[in-house]
Amino acid sequence: MHQNRFVLRLALGLALAATTLTAAAQAKEQYFPLQSYRVGPYAAGGTGFFGGFIDYMQYVNLKEGGVNGVKLVWSECETEYVVEKGVECYERLKKGLDKAPAAATNPLSVGIAYATLERSAADKLPLITINHGRTDSTDGSVFPYVFPLQLNPYSEVSAIVNYIGAKAGGLDKLKGKKIVTLYHGSPYGKETNPILELLAKKYGFQLVLLEVPHPGNEQQSQWLTIRREKPDWVILRGWGVMNPVALKTAQKTGFPSDHIIGNIWSNSEDDAAPAGPAAKGYISITTHPSGTQFPVLQDIRKTVVDAGKGNLADPKRFGNVYYNLGVVNGILNVEAVRVAQAKFGKRPLTGEEVRWGFENIRLDNKRLAELGALGLVQPLKLSCADHEGGGAVRFQQWDGQKWNVISDWIQADRKLLRPIIEDSARKYAKEKGITPRDCGTKAI
Amino acid sequence: MLFSQAGQLSTSYAQDRRTWRLRQQRWAMAALLALAAVALPLAGTDYWFSAILIPFLVLSLAGLGLNLLTGYAGQLSVGAAAFMAIGAFAAYNFQLRVPGLPLLASFALGGLSAAMLGVVVGLPSLRIKGFYLLVSTLAAQFFVLWALTRFGWLSNDSASGVITAPPLRIGGADVGAPAGRYLLTLAIVVPLTWLANRIVRGPVGRQWMAVRDMDSAAAVIGIPILRTKLLAFAVSSFYLGVAGALWAFTYLGTVEPNGFDLARSFQILFIIIIGGLGSILGNFLGAAFMVLLPVLLSNLAGLVSGGAIDPGQLENVQKMLFGALIILFLIKEPAGLARLWHAAGLRLSNWPLRP
Repeated sequence: MHQNRFVLRLALGLALAATTLTAAAQAKEQYFPLQSYRVGPYAAGGTGFFGGFIDYMQYVNLKEGGVNGVKLVWSECETEYVVEKGVECYERLKKGLDKAPAAATNPLSVGIAYATLERSAADKLPLITINHGRTDSTDGSVFPYVFPLQLNPYSEVSAIVNYIGAKAGGLDKLKGKKIVTLYHGSPYGKETNPILELLAKKYGFQLVLLEVPHPGNEQQSQWLTIRREKPDWVILRGWGVMNPVALKTAQKTGFPSDHIIGNIWSNSEDDAAPAGPAAKGYISITTHPSGTQFPVLQDIRKTVVDAGKGNLADPKRFGNVYYNLGVVNGILNVEAVRVAQAKFGKRPLTGEEVRWGFENIRLDNKRLAELGALGLVQPLKLSCADHEGGGAVRFQQWDGQKWNVISDWIQADRKLLRPIIEDSARKYAKEKGITPRDCGTKAI
Repeated sequence: MLFSQAGQLSTSYAQDRRTWRLRQQRWAMAALLALAAVALPLAGTDYWFSAILIPFLVLSLAGLGLNLLTGYAGQLSVGAAAFMAIGAFAAYNFQLRVPGLPLLASFALGGLSAAMLGVVVGLPSLRIKGFYLLVSTLAAQFFVLWALTRFGWLSNDSASGVITAPPLRIGGADVGAPAGRYLLTLAIVVPLTWLANRIVRGPVGRQWMAVRDMDSAAAVIGIPILRTKLLAFAVSSFYLGVAGALWAFTYLGTVEPNGFDLARSFQILFIIIIGGLGSILGNFLGAAFMVLLPVLLSNLAGLVSGGAIDPGQLENVQKMLFGALIILFLIKEPAGLARLWHAAGLRLSNWPLRP
């Protein structure tokens, strides 16, 4: 009898202790659900990006014990870049992990972003689509929970056209030029076609749009068409395996690689290097240089990678474009949490609070230097109405071994794009019966 | 003995033609429906509705559509996803361009549009058979996707070619929440399944099966071959079209043409092969196998490994395991899961005696 009571008490005590212990541990954790992809045709992008993202969070935990003492935790769910799997992962992870609330989702896939866009708004969970995504979600009054950070697809195209114009000696010299855009046959690839057509009309250049079906490992007919068209420039809007195949096929059909401009998802070492000598001279845009010279990357190498806790299977990829984008994404996500904590208190935050953090990110050169990311991240200022912030890119050229930056920051014509974005957002709001938030001041 | 059939005798033809002649079967069915329509909506979570139950129901319906054509009428097809795409995009366009059209009516119109295309694709089936017919449905598969990406009007000139479902309302009630979308899906899938069951047990189903088993013999006994085959294509495509509309509207809420690529067609074909050709129940079992098992494996893998194994490799292990299971099932029971289910039912009815 007595023994029974003792066992009962012991069990009760243990249970209590366990709950208080776990509660104490749970009280100080912020969760990042990761809809990652490490297999399939886009694995190079997925492993690099999520490797950098995870390494940065790991670094924040090891170096500072989390954000103001709130530890960052995460778990992964494989999407293979497939929409249904992405939705399943979103629904599985959105609730948080062991009561640590989810901060934001980062699917790194336009298709999945489209499918979880409304769910994010309903669940009040920010959806981060860095350097990609649905362009009109830049208008934060209609899309309060979606953030195409740094560079939305329209800005990207506008910056490329500005660069081509500068090369030709002024935007007015674009008249009569011919530009072919070779795009990936997916929502991501098609996103910029209307704005290209608009720019073509505005500046008087001739535009040819060519689609490459997903995943893009066969492009003979497209490049034969390009040879027939004899364009001045080819804009490569590729993704994954499509990029090296494009460069190789270009060489086979005799198109010069230094007149191909890769977009933001055709700009990594994993895109150029597999094409071998065919990629030499190839130009692409980037929002962040590759390389390991930045203090934050040096620090990550010291505290995370050298301690054997790095996420990359192949350490040679440390500091490449995809990896650095993951780090940039990590910096922005963590900064949003930090900004939000300054307002709401140093505790795990809800998605709604983190959204406020994103909208109040103010990254100037001083803050970037503090983060050790000066030159890696562009100055960024977000607001209720403007969910993009930057809109500037640099151009880089592949020398056969590595990327060399060949231009200063080139700004997209955001004043020209904003009304188009607002129109599109308003159309969406009408279709969906959404009343836009009042953001007060003008966006740009 | 778990249950007994003793004393359950049919006293009229109507009773004899019932789908479930045993009292126990009817009870089980009623219990299942009550579970699906009452208990699950009360107990389920968002994750269960959005990630498991809705895709399971929609793919079951798609499997049912293909099974009517391939399993009952014997016409091979790898164009299932194309008909789904037609259903989805047609329903979207009807909803968009006809103001005030009820949601259910646009689903039906989506199905009818797919049925019309189905008849066109089915025309060559009079002359070509088997694998050759397979190739002509393959043409439909590629043509539909090409047309949907080529003509921007079909996706309302959306820049990225993605269509987004309008708010789901039925008679003023908002069914946009996960539980509402699940109930809407269920309310469409159950009657359509019932209808399919009636069709295959009626004269039309007999004609289909006669054509499947030997079409020259069927012609000799006076079955109009062309009409029978085209009807099979039409009905099958209607089901697939409705499934496609549900896929876009109640499951994902957004869809792009590439969501209905050849891989989706194969997925549906595998559902009916694993579930059982020429069986209604088989579609549900097959869809459960194809939808639930990978989700289960991936959830289990997360629990078991606890982050110790590289996530990329873990994913590959799941794929291997899933493939091995498919092979195992096909070796053990080539006639599909439905056959397995049936055999288990027979054994249970006699248990513990031997059959």
